[in-house]
Amino acid sequence: MTAPLLKYGLFGDEFSLVLAFVLGVGFGFCLERAGFGSARKLAAQFYLYDMSVFKVMFTAIVTAMLGVTYLGWIGWLDLNLVYLVPTYLKPQLVGGLVLGVGFVVGGYCPGTSVAALATGRIDAMVYALGIAAGTLAYAEVYPAIKPFVNADAMGQVTLPEVLGLPWGVVVFAVVVIAVLGFWGATKIERWIGSRS
Amino acid sequence: MKQPPVTPYANPYLAGVGLGLVLLAAFVLVGRGLGASGAFSSTISWLTSLVAPGHAQANEYMRDYLGDGSSHPLKAWLVFEVVGVAAGALLSGLLAGRARFTIEKGPRVSTALRLLCAFLGGGLMAFGAHLARGCTSGQALTGGALLNVGSWAFMIMVFVGGYAVAYFFRWQWR
Repeated sequence: MTAPLLKYGLFGDEFSLVLAFVLGVGFGFCLERAGFGSARKLAAQFYLYDMSVFKVMFTAIVTAMLGVTYLGWIGWLDLNLVYLVPTYLKPQLVGGLVLGVGFVVGGYCPGTSVAALATGRIDAMVYALGIAAGTLAYAEVYPAIKPFVNADAMGQVTLPEVLGLPWGVVVFAVVVIAVLGFWGATKIERWIGSRS
Repeated sequence: MKQPPVTPYANPYLAGVGLGLVLLAAFVLVGRGLGASGAFSSTISWLTSLVAPGHAQANEYMRDYLGDGSSHPLKAWLVFEVVGVAAGALLSGLLAGRARFTIEKGPRVSTALRLLCAFLGGGLMAFGAHLARGCTSGQALTGGALLNVGSWAFMIMVFVGGYAVAYFFRWQWR
């Protein structure tokens, strides 16, 4: 085991901030390359004529998932040291739903709005102001909704643990679902494209 | 200076592999994934502490992002990462000739209405992301690759929510 490098003390917290910037540059570069600095391109996912959001997201998920799985198997990466956001099922289901509505209404998600405002999209700048207002509002109501925010605490759990399946089986299933999804998404794009 | 021609977007699978490798690098180097909404929380908490220090400190949510005062609230991993996102996107946009001041909207919607929708969408998004403890980056992308239960539940609901209301907002885009 040698990774995550930060956890094995190869460098300190200060240097991890430098890496945060460098990784951010890579993240932002890829988002803009994919066309995710454009609300029209992003929103197209929900009107089925351009499913790039699904394709990019699932290709990224599969790439990183296969990467951690392989690096874990050869003993380079200790997955237990990679931070997992704890699961709180109910607030995360509701949060996802609200965020999905916000995606369609606003045209961006937080990460893509940063890529968009950096490339001059004025609607993304206004969207970021909306995030600011929403964050202030959330901070104000937080004490009142705290019981709900902390409902269904399941701790740091993965799908293989909950489903009682080996890690590799779930990884394989995700790859199969992704490939079928890519095939289906392209079919749908062509079908919608031929109708309009 | 002559503007470079606008180049088409990258192949989605190629961009996806690039994004996945950046995410994998984050796991390997620092033991955490990518994110975005947390950087907004740090920034807003810090700004509030400048305007109304007592109010910010008294707020349970902001207190977490302000810390105990031993280091600056903006000296946070996600803040540095998001500044990088802006820089990386600008670099890509300039190279491709896509960086310009414009408003993303369809031909049928007025500028004012589009901007109002952007503002409201941002507000809803912030609320949902804080409720879910992460957004499309921190939850769906990062947690998706780590097979995190909450992240997959979240991601499915993002698509459910989006498709449920898409029909009613189609005038924004086409």
